Amino acid sequence: MTTLEHDTSSSPEEDAEVSKQWTTRIRRRLVEMLPPERLIPDRQPSFLSSWIYIFGALTIGALAIIILTGMVLSLEGPGWWHTSSLGLFVNSMHLWSVELFFFCMVIHLWGKFFMAAWRGNRQLTWITGAVTFLVSVGAAFTGYVSQTNFDSQWIATQAKDGINSTGVGAFFNVLNFGQMLMWHIVLLPVGVLFLTGLHILMVRRRGIVPPFEDGVNDKSETVASGTQEGTPS
Amino acid sequence: MTKTKERRFNPDRDVNPWKGGYRPYDIAKEIVICFVVMLVLVVGLAIVFGSPDDKAVTIQTWSNANQVDFAQTAITELDGTSATAQYGPPYNNVADVSQKIGPFSPEALVGVHIPVNTAQDFVIGPLETVTNSPVLTMALNQFNAASPSQQANWESAYATAVQKAKVFHNVLVVPLARYGPVGIMIRQLTDMARSGALDTSMINQDHFYGTDYTKSLLYVADGTYFSDQGTALHLSGGQWGMMNETGNFPGQAWLWLYSFWYQIPPFTTAWEPNADILVSVLMMILSVLLILVPFVPGVRSIPRWSRVYRLIWRDHYKGRE
Repeated sequence: MTTLEHDTSSSPEEDAEVSKQWTTRIRRRLVEMLPPERLIPDRQPSFLSSWIYIFGALTIGALAIIILTGMVLSLEGPGWWHTSSLGLFVNSMHLWSVELFFFCMVIHLWGKFFMAAWRGNRQLTWITGAVTFLVSVGAAFTGYVSQTNFDSQWIATQAKDGINSTGVGAFFNVLNFGQMLMWHIVLLPVGVLFLTGLHILMVRRRGIVPPFEDGVNDKSETVASGTQEGTPS
Repeated sequence: MTKTKERRFNPDRDVNPWKGGYRPYDIAKEIVICFVVMLVLVVGLAIVFGSPDDKAVTIQTWSNANQVDFAQTAITELDGTSATAQYGPPYNNVADVSQKIGPFSPEALVGVHIPVNTAQDFVIGPLETVTNSPVLTMALNQFNAASPSQQANWESAYATAVQKAKVFHNVLVVPLARYGPVGIMIRQLTDMARSGALDTSMINQDHFYGTDYTKSLLYVADGTYFSDQGTALHLSGGQWGMMNETGNFPGQAWLWLYSFWYQIPPFTTAWEPNADILVSVLMMILSVLLILVPFVPGVRSIPRWSRVYRLIWRDHYKGRE
């Protein structure tokens, strides 16, 4: 009689083979980079007590509502909200979640600037955040020119001159509704979500930047390069 | 063996590891609360303010609202003097109109990628779809058979005459002049526009389904009716342009810096002919600077110099005093 049950015991040869697998190596590397207690922490440094820290999470909250209301608008198509009171309400939610998203994001950005939050090998965290902001501007812009109303006509015809002047307008035609809608609902949201995810992972990996030391203008200390936190030697 | 290199501690780049205390922090709860707070705010704002939805201007609404403006625009599309006809890349080849930064013109370099021939696409092509008007067919045949100089003479005569056009009993009346078949052509085009047939013709020139409104939007934007609507709604370039929305809505407030340059010299004076490319390049430079703030000497020191961080971490510093 044959059985489909596996023998869970493994030989030393098998263990050696498993440890060399790409899958095992990737998993090991990921866990080293971002152990679960750092990815989803239950404690934070005691300096983290200002209301400014909340704007990052508020930005993510607004982004979640943007995506959800955008998905509801997608169910009925781009013309729905012109003819349905429910559609108009969902569109209004979509609009105001975008306004709040940028409001919170800009406060978050200025807050991080004044914390010099790139210190201690956190430059990539800043860069992913800044690029997310710029890609979000593009995502919002393509939404504004996809409204299929007077605003979208006006914004598109005004914006074309700036974009055409760079040569980009030949390939990114703001007067082409179909092209702009695709950018708005597929390409740019994917970019924003990917960058936001990367940004959050960078935050979790490097941690929250500590405050400036007292006597911060004293530059007499030296630091060993290549260390995660820029530890003074 | 770990390779390390001694370098000076720079407070704008480096940081000592946190050796202070930690406290419980429920990050999952924080995210849920933030989502709920945002949801309540969004629902409240949506209920109180809603969202703007002014109807789009169609060629039909434009030509019915102002037949004279439509006819005056149509003749500029035919004679090649409209804004679109004189635009240059990416729509058509027109010498010396592309904006430059120094000797460099990116749009001229890229060239024509979205071809627009206003005479053919905006006037003659749509008229050729009308097959039940022998008078129009004769006019088109006469126009197409004429020499370019004869066509130019007719167009010039009509362009002059239409400046004094009026509407009587809802009919466009253009003073008589030696404009040959052009009068019939523009008259028929105006009728076509007013019926809505021109809108359909513009979108579906090559296929049944249409999602590209490039030509329709360029056509509408060439008329004064559309720009008058925008100006009346405080949306023109000198009124901070495309960052605005109709009504009292915030619009794309995050584009304020982009729109700002269009409001001040030298972008409104000496640099005005190349303002679009200059503002675009300036914004690209500023965007790169934003991304590279951690590496820009001086800029990355502003947080330390400004001491705003003392406010952000006031509890931390208070505890140390």
